[in-house]
Amino acid sequence: MTGAAALDDKVDVAVIGAGPAGLAAGALSARAGLATVVLDENPAPGGQIYRAITTTPVQRKEILGTDYWHGRELVRELESSGARLATGATVWSISRDLEVAVSHGGRAHLLHARRIVIATGALERPFPVPGWTLPGVMTAGGAQTLLKSSGLVPEGRVVLAGTGPLLWLLAAQLLRAGGAITAILDTTPRQNYVRALRHAPAFVLSPYLIKGLRMMAEVRRKVRVISGVTRLEAVGEGKLKEIIFATGNGAAARMAADLLLLHQGVVPNVNLAMSIGIVHRWDGLQLCWVPEIDRHGNSSVPDIAIAGDGAGIGGAVAAAERGRLAAIAAVRALAPAAVSGLPAEQAVMQALAKAEAGRAFLDTLYQPSADFRIPAGDDTIVCRCEEVTAGQIRANVALGCEGPNQMKSFLRCGMGPCQGRLCGLTVTETIAAARGVSPAQVGYYRLRPPVKPIPLAEVAAMPQPESAVKAVVRR
Amino acid sequence: MSTTGDAIVIGGGIHGCSTALHLALRGLKPILIEKDHAGRHASGVNAGGVRQLARHLDEVPLSVASMELWERIADLVGDDCGFKSEGQVLVAETEAELEGFRDRVDELRLRGFTQEELIGRAELKRLVPAVSDTCPGGIVSRRDGAAEPFRTTQAFRRKAVALGAKVLEGITVTGLARNGSTWRISTSAGTSYEAPVVVNAAGAWAGRIAAMLGEPVPLEVIAPMLMITSRMPLFISPVVILRGRKLSFKQFANGTALIGGGHLGRADLDSNRTELDLAKLAESARTVWELFPIMRQATIVRAWAGIEARMPDDIPVIGPSATSEGIYHQFGFSAHGFQLGPGVGALMAELIATGSTNLPIAPFSITRFGSSR
Repeated sequence: MTGAAALDDKVDVAVIGAGPAGLAAGALSARAGLATVVLDENPAPGGQIYRAITTTPVQRKEILGTDYWHGRELVRELESSGARLATGATVWSISRDLEVAVSHGGRAHLLHARRIVIATGALERPFPVPGWTLPGVMTAGGAQTLLKSSGLVPEGRVVLAGTGPLLWLLAAQLLRAGGAITAILDTTPRQNYVRALRHAPAFVLSPYLIKGLRMMAEVRRKVRVISGVTRLEAVGEGKLKEIIFATGNGAAARMAADLLLLHQGVVPNVNLAMSIGIVHRWDGLQLCWVPEIDRHGNSSVPDIAIAGDGAGIGGAVAAAERGRLAAIAAVRALAPAAVSGLPAEQAVMQALAKAEAGRAFLDTLYQPSADFRIPAGDDTIVCRCEEVTAGQIRANVALGCEGPNQMKSFLRCGMGPCQGRLCGLTVTETIAAARGVSPAQVGYYRLRPPVKPIPLAEVAAMPQPESAVKAVVRR
Repeated sequence: MSTTGDAIVIGGGIHGCSTALHLALRGLKPILIEKDHAGRHASGVNAGGVRQLARHLDEVPLSVASMELWERIADLVGDDCGFKSEGQVLVAETEAELEGFRDRVDELRLRGFTQEELIGRAELKRLVPAVSDTCPGGIVSRRDGAAEPFRTTQAFRRKAVALGAKVLEGITVTGLARNGSTWRISTSAGTSYEAPVVVNAAGAWAGRIAAMLGEPVPLEVIAPMLMITSRMPLFISPVVILRGRKLSFKQFANGTALIGGGHLGRADLDSNRTELDLAKLAESARTVWELFPIMRQATIVRAWAGIEARMPDDIPVIGPSATSEGIYHQFGFSAHGFQLGPGVGALMAELIATGSTNLPIAPFSITRFGSSR
C-alpha cells in the first residue's frame, strides 16, 4: 500500500529510507507479521542507487545497467510483504522513546514505533575545490538523479572529475543514454594503486571486479581519461567557463567546459542518527563518521538499528543484507516465534560477507586525496549555505576555536538549511589539519532536529497529544 | 600541590565569566573551572535577549544596573558582543491583559523605574507592523535589545584571561573541602585548587555543588527550547515577548527568526544531552502562527534546547552561603539570566572584595529555601 493515506499512530517497526537496506528490512519485518511502515522522502522507492526504479522513463535496460534493475525485486518483495510504504514522507525528528516525526501529505504526524531501523543511506562527499559553487558545476550524483528520474542527459561540453566507482558508472550510463563526455579528470592518487594492492586478493573474489573493469574499458573507448589529476579549479564569471587542472607536479592546463560533474565517493548520511546522540566513530579508511553498531545493526540507543550505507559504506548489495539482519533482530525482539519463517541469519551473514569482499580494496584505491578534501586556498568556500571559506575557518582555529560547534557559533558555518551535510566533513578535516590533530579529536557538529527543514505551519497544525487537549478543555 | 588564587569560580557561563572578569578588574586573581567549555550550555545557546522588560520586581534594580554595563559593553570586554538596542515589546493579546500591564507600569513608576512604557494599538503597530491586528497594545522598553550569547560569553572569558584570570576548561569539580581559612577544590583532572573564596556559578549543575557543601537547594534542571527559521524578508526590529502565552520572538539581520519563550524539553545532566518536546514546540509554532501572519510561510530549520537551572520562585540565588564561610552563590537564573550577567558579575565581585553591595540582593538569599532543607 502506498500513497497519501493517513499514517498509523503506532507501528511495530518504522523503517526510515526506502533504498536497498530499507526495502529489504521492511519486507522481512512485515513478512514476519510485524506492523511495518517504510518512510521515504522521495516520490518513489529506491533510494539513491535505485532512484525512480518504479517510475523511470529510461526504459532501455542496458542504459542504467542490470545492477540498477535489481532494485525492482526489492520493491516487489516489499510490496508483497504487507508493509506500508509511505513515499513523500520526510522524517524530520526521532526520539529516544521511539517517536518518529514525519511530514507527509502536507501535514506533520507523530508516530510511535517499538523498533526503528534507520536506513538513510549515503551522501556524496563534499568536493570543495575553487569554483565548486559556480553554476555549471554539480555533483555526479545530481546528474545521475536527473537521468534516472527524468531521463535527462546533459548537453554541451561535459567533464567528469573525481574518483570512485560511481564516477565510472555515471560515465557509462550517460554514454549509453546517448550523451557525450569531453573528458574524465581522474583524481585517484597514484600511490593508492600501490597501497590497494595488498587488498587485491579479496577483491578478485568480488563480483564488482569484472563488472568494474568492463565498465571502465567501455568508458575509456569513448572518452579521454586524464589520470593522476592533483589540482582542479572551476573558473567562470557567473557560470562555468573552463576548468584548470594539473597532473602530478605538472603545469596547469585549461579545458573549456559547460558542465563539470564532481564526485569523490559517498559517505554515511549521519544526521538523523547523530541528532539523537547515537555514538559514532571516525573511520580512518573511509574518512567519515560511522555509527558504532553490532552485527545486527543495533546502535548505542536501545531499539534503534542502522542498516545500509548509513552504517558505513558497503554498497547496495551489502545494504540489503544489512537491512535483513536488522529486520531479523527486530523480529527476534518483538515476535520471536516468527523468526523461524525468515531466512536463516547465517545465510544472510554469508551473503553479506560475500558482498563486502573487496571493500577494503575499493576504499583504499578510491580514498580521495587530502588536496581535494581540505581546501589549500583560503578563498575556497566550505559552507555553501552561509558562504564560509576555508580561510575563515583556519583564522578562527588560530583564535582558539577548536571544534565545529564553536565554529558554528562564530561563523554560522553548518547553520544553514542543509545542517552541515555539504560541509561537515570538510570543516572537521580542515580544523584537524590546522590543529595538527585527528578528526576524531575534533569531532562533528551537534546536530539538531528537524534534520530536514519543515514548514512552521505544519508544526503549528500538529495533532495535540491528549494531555494537552485536556488541559485546554479544563481551562 | 594545589594551585592557589584569590577566588575560585565554578562555571564558565556568562555569570561565572563575568564574575571572574570583575574580580580581575579589582586586581584579584580568580581561577575559573568549567567542566565543558565556556558558553557550552545556557549562556551560549540562549535567545540572546537583553531585556529589562517584564522582569520580577525584585530583579529590576539588578537589571537596570546591568543595562548600564551592556551599554558600554565594548569598553568593558573589547567586543560589542553583537549587542543591538532595538527595543523589546511585550504584546498584550487582550484588553484585560493590557489593563494588567497598565498596573505594572504604574507600580514601576512608584518605585522610580521608567524604562517600561505603556503603548496603545497605534504605537504597537508602528513598532511591530507585522503583529496581528487583534492585539490592543503593550509595553515597550526602548533601550532593551539582543546580543550574540556565545560571542558575549567568550568575550567575557577572553577579557578575564587578559586581565590575569585563569580559565580551566574540560575539568569537573569533584569535591570542596575547608582547609583552615581556604577552600580546597578537587577536580576530575586530579588537580586541586585553593582560595579563600568560592563562587558557585555552575548553572544547572549548581545544585550538585550546593549539595557537596551540605546546603541543598530546590533547583530544577530545565531545558528551554528554541527554534530558528530559514531566511524571511526583514519585518521586525524589536524583540517581541508575550506573557499570557509563552513566546519570545526576534528576527536577525540575516532574516532568520528565532522563536523561544520557555517551552521546555528534557535535559540529562550527565550526558549534556537535551531532547525536544515536539508537542510543546508545536504550541510555540501555533503562537507564532497566530501572532504574526507573515510567519505562516516560514520554514523551521533547527530546534534545540539549552540546559539551565530554575528555582521554585523563578528568581535566582545570589549572595553568600548560609552555612559555609567564603562560599558565594550565583545561579538559578530560571531562563532569564543572560541580561543580568554583566551586572551580577560586577556586584558579586564587589561583594567579595568589599563585603557589601548597594544593590538590593536580600530577596535572592539562599536562606529563603530554609524550610525546604
